[in-house]
Order: sequence, then structure tokens, then C-alpha cells
Amino acid sequence: MYEVIAFYLFSALTIGLFLITVMSKNVLYAMTSLAAGMVLISGFFFILGADFLGVVQLIVYVGAVMALYSFAMMFFDATRDIKEKNTPAPLIFLLGGLSALVLVLIFAGPIHSEAIQALYPMHEGVGNAQDVGIVLFTKYLVPFEVAAVMLLVAMIAGIILAGKKMDQSLTKDTTVDAEDEILTQKDAK
Amino acid sequence: MEVTTYTNVETFVTHLPEVTAVGVWIKAIIILAVISAIAGFGTYIERKVLAFMQRRLGPMHVGPYGLLQLVADGIKLFTKEDIVPQNANRLIFMLAPIITAATAFIALAAVPVFPDFTIPEWIPVIGGTFVPSIAADLNVGILFVLGMMAAGLYGPLLAGMAQANKWGIIGAARTAIQFLSYEVVTGLSILAPIMLVGSLSFVDFNNAQAGGISHWLIWQQPVAFVLFLIAGFAETNRTPFDLLEHEAEVVSGYATEYSGMRWGMFFIGEYANMITISIIAAVVFLGGYSEGGLGWLTIILKVGFFFFLMLWVRAAWPHVRPDQLMWLCWKVLMPIAVINVVITGIVMMV
Repeated sequence: MYEVIAFYLFSALTIGLFLITVMSKNVLYAMTSLAAGMVLISGFFFILGADFLGVVQLIVYVGAVMALYSFAMMFFDATRDIKEKNTPAPLIFLLGGLSALVLVLIFAGPIHSEAIQALYPMHEGVGNAQDVGIVLFTKYLVPFEVAAVMLLVAMIAGIILAGKKMDQSLTKDTTVDAEDEILTQKDAK
Repeated sequence: MEVTTYTNVETFVTHLPEVTAVGVWIKAIIILAVISAIAGFGTYIERKVLAFMQRRLGPMHVGPYGLLQLVADGIKLFTKEDIVPQNANRLIFMLAPIITAATAFIALAAVPVFPDFTIPEWIPVIGGTFVPSIAADLNVGILFVLGMMAAGLYGPLLAGMAQANKWGIIGAARTAIQFLSYEVVTGLSILAPIMLVGSLSFVDFNNAQAGGISHWLIWQQPVAFVLFLIAGFAETNRTPFDLLEHEAEVVSGYATEYSGMRWGMFFIGEYANMITISIIAAVVFLGGYSEGGLGWLTIILKVGFFFFLMLWVRAAWPHVRPDQLMWLCWKVLMPIAVINVVITGIVMMV
């Protein structure tokens, strides 16, 4: 009973919040509803009894959207609306609509089939995290490692792009020696 | 080093009475009421402790030893005008303090607060209800609490961005920096004790250290303990790392435009987070509430010690700059935490 109420509440809220994310012209509303929607999605995992995945969703997306915020902060004035340049593009509309339809069909398909079976069912008395870990490190070890390597590549690329001036202090002006500056100021007088 | 893995920990929990929905409701109300009160009282203790460390008296005029100062402060906060500045994003501005306070209390739902008890039978309606120690005993409690506290930083972030004030924007930017700095250290530092215990549940942590002081995880994981404390200071934005609202640099940072109870809610959230971090540190590293019969007293003493430590550090240490915080977290603490995790893994394997 509680689960049904919670499910429909979370569904309505998630869809509503993501609609705001797409429709809103204010970057603050868009980002905030995105973050709130991501947090609410973790509620579905909790309803399903997948506590570990729910918490991971919470931690990962709270951090990820926080990083998005910092970009928004650099590029937009958060308190004003943004004038969007919307040129009508029928092809993009068609492709976007089609891919959305395909996604809905992919995820809705299994609901109708009665033959759904868990390939890796939960073990009684074993925690959620352990079960996920066992499947991840046996059956899905290769994709897991590939993902890890890709993240490592991304990290190294990020460090190289950002690290050119890392040995210089951002807060200290190294071009002018402090003593020289005083002298030049005295000379100017 | 002999490392034991703890597998048969469920035996402790099984003979407890069943947790009902009413019990959880009562627990939630108790947490809300008591922690709010302690958070208010915490401001008084903070001012007194700081005052004594600086050889002055602190609040003395309202009530004996200034004890009623927090009542006066409460009246002031509640009756102040609630201002929303011009050009601010009204909705987000009003929402932000609620996020801070709410997430702080949601995080408290998954940590053990006060011992469990059964309400006596003679009380009408709710008599005989068992009130659990943890409101929501998740088996991934630690991750949930850390995730919820991380979500709490959306309060300062949104507040700073919504208020159309340059100090606020700087405060919000510093929030993002601080979050992206400490979060990795928190996770990695607490990973080593999690590996030792083999569980993410606070109850398992408590039971794993049940054998007295020599079984405390701090002796096996001193490095992780220190790293977690440092990251915890950044997480609750306490003094060496209180960049978000550092008065000398950014007026009041994210809280510049706030007044009255909305401002107060940020601080209730901050003090509730201090209590949460203290409880996590006490349960994960200092043996929790497991001493036979006196567990409730020792956990209060441990939490009190960590709370005092935060005030002590505030009196003793200067602030750091944002770039120093990033340097500390990414170049010093994170490598140490990774090495600690690797060494723990090797020791467990051998």
C-alpha cells in the first residue's frame, strides 16, 4: 500500500521535475529540478529493495549535478532568464522523437512478458552491496574494467588540459617581484 | 597484524522486538525535537567554549551564566522580518535553507541516536510500542548518511546562486569547490574500515567493536580516522575550512542576504550535521554504543568529545584559502587515503 503511494508520488514528481528541466528558461530552475529528479529516482531503487543502487544513484548524481552547477555559474546569470535561439529543425525533432519512442519500447517491453526472471537473484541473508559486487566482479568484470580504464583516460586528459600552469600559484603574481613593485611605485612618484 | 572478518553479526539484532511504523514515527519526532534543541543549545556551548579559550566570559546576561541566551536568540530569529531581496530568484531563495535543514535531519534517520526503549504500557494509545535506536536501519547506512549530507550542500549552493549578490555567488562557487574537494577523501578514508568490517551498516560496525577499547577500529585504522575527521570538518564547513561564509573575505558568503529564521535554518542544519559526523566517527572508529549497560552513556561522551573538538579547533586554528583546501584534499589527503586502502587490502589478503 505504502509502496504504491510512494511509487506514484515519485513518478509524478520525477516526470514533473524533468519537464521543468527541459522547458525552463531559467538555468537555476533547470539545474535544481534536474538535481531533485535525480535524487527522487533513487527513491525507486529503495522501493524495489535495491538499497545499494539507490544510495549510489544519490551519491553519484548529487556530485555530478553539483559539477554542472559550477559550469552554469561560470556561463550564465542565474537570476535571469536565458534567451534561447530555437530554430525549427524537423529532422532533429523526428530523430529525437524516434529515439525516445524506441527507449520507451525497450523498457516497457519486459513489463508485458510474464517470463521475466532474475538472472542473478538476490541471496537470502546477504547484503545488497555484496550481491552487486559478486556479479560485477565475475560476470561483468570486463565491462567494469573497461569503464575504469576509460575513466582513467578521462582523468589523465583532464589533468593534462588543466595542468599546464599547475606549478604556478593562482593567488600570487609571480611576474612582479614584491620588492620591485614597491620600487617602481616609488619611482612613479 | 591480525585482521578478523566479522560474519555472524546478525545474532545480536534478532532478539530485539519488532519495529513498527508507529515506533519509527515516534523516533522521527524525538530526533527532530531533541536534535533541534541540541542544535540551538550547541550555539550557546560554542560561544561559551570559544569565550573561555579566549579568556573572556561569553554570554552572561540572559539567565544564569547566560543559559537563556538561546531562548533570546530564538525569539529574535523567529520575529525578525523575512526579507527576500529584489532581483533574487524568490522560490529557490526560500527553498535553499529548507534543503540544508531537511537533509541534515534525513541523514540522522539512518544513524543510531539514543538507545532503543519500549514505551510503558500505562501510557494510552502508544503504550507498548518499541522505539528503535535507528529510525531507518538500512544495510547501507554509512553510504546513505554521507550521500544525504552531500545533498545538504545544495542549500548553500542554491542560496548563493539565487540571491543576486556577488558575495553570494562567491559563496556558492566555494561550496562547489569544497564539495568536489572533500567528497573523495571522505569516501576513500571510510572505505578502509568498511573493508575490515565487511559491511555498510552501523549496527555491524558497532557489533564488530564490541570487545572493549582494544577492539576499536581506531587502533587498526589511525590514518583513516584522521583523514575522516579532516574531511568531516570540511563536510560540516567548520573552521579550518569554513570558506563558504568566511566573514573577513566574502561578508557572509552564501548567507549574506538571509535574515531571521531562514538564516537560522542554515545553522540548525550545520549543527545537526556536526552531530551526525560526531556520531559516525564515534560508531565507526571509537566502538560505538556497545559497552555493556553503559553504552548509551559512552556514546554520548564520545559524541560530546567530537563536538567539543570542533569548537576547540575553531578557537585554535586560522582559516585556509580555497586553493589551499583543494591542494590539501587532492594532493595530500587523497593519495594518503588511497595508499591506506591499498595497504589495508594487502594486509587483509596476507
